[in-house]
Amino acid sequence: MPNESKYEADIASIRNMMERTSKFISLSGLSGVLAGVYALVGAGFVYFMVHFPRSPLSYRIETIQPFDTVMKLMGVALAVLVASIGTGLWLSSKKAKKAGVKIWSASSKSMLINLAVPIVSGGIFILILLMNGHYGVVAPACLVFYGLGLVNASPNFYDEIRYLGYSEICLGLVSAALPGYGLLFWSLGFGVLHIIYGSLMFRKYDR
Amino acid sequence: MSNPFSKLDKVLEHSVRLQILSILIVNESYDFNSLKEALELSDGSLATHIKALEKEKYILITKSFVGKKPNTRYRLSEKGRQAFKKHIDALDTIIKAQKK
Repeated sequence: MPNESKYEADIASIRNMMERTSKFISLSGLSGVLAGVYALVGAGFVYFMVHFPRSPLSYRIETIQPFDTVMKLMGVALAVLVASIGTGLWLSSKKAKKAGVKIWSASSKSMLINLAVPIVSGGIFILILLMNGHYGVVAPACLVFYGLGLVNASPNFYDEIRYLGYSEICLGLVSAALPGYGLLFWSLGFGVLHIIYGSLMFRKYDR
Repeated sequence: MSNPFSKLDKVLEHSVRLQILSILIVNESYDFNSLKEALELSDGSLATHIKALEKEKYILITKSFVGKKPNTRYRLSEKGRQAFKKHIDALDTIIKAQKK
């Protein structure tokens, strides 16, 4: 009769296969922390460009700004996005290499599709808002659609990502009710939350 | 009390087959090459195990083409899902009994 270790090994290998084939386990927590730092730097830049010398905690009543300012804001947002994605890809491929797994696999493909559906539709929606001058709800829309993307792709990630998604959605909805705090909520959602969840994940999975 | 070993599935006692089913439990469908990569098996060895599971009707096969390359995808059948569950329950009972 086979001994118990064979059965325990079977159970362990099942768990391992389920996780490895359905989850993007190479996602690096550190890249989340860095994405948060980039977002805070970007937000600080925007604050000094647009709102300074008013207190960052003051509520803005006016929303309409000259179009070239809007273009500059988009430039900053784009730079933060590119830097974050770049860092994420770099650190995750390093982690994948260390673990001896491929970064481009069936699970990362399904993760990208799940992530892209809400985020790409949100991106197009936000461009339409910008074209029509609805600047006040752009930051909330970014948070809500990003959160939806994370929740939608959460079966492909560790659990923390689902909670991050819920937090982004809640923050986005509160922010939509208080459009004058747009930059503040944007910094909380893309900066502070990324740093918190990124360091949680770094402590749990990266070391 | 019935012997828990008798409840183990003979086909699934092979751990590669058990691993194939566990992949198909969490993924709606999976293709041959991705299975090969995940399990680190040769073509021939994977094909043998697939055939054994196919014979029991534990998995369903869809063949199609992506461009000119054949793409064979596998899905879990309802029978396979039940067999997997029964086998895991039996494993669980055995491990618990041995821990006592």
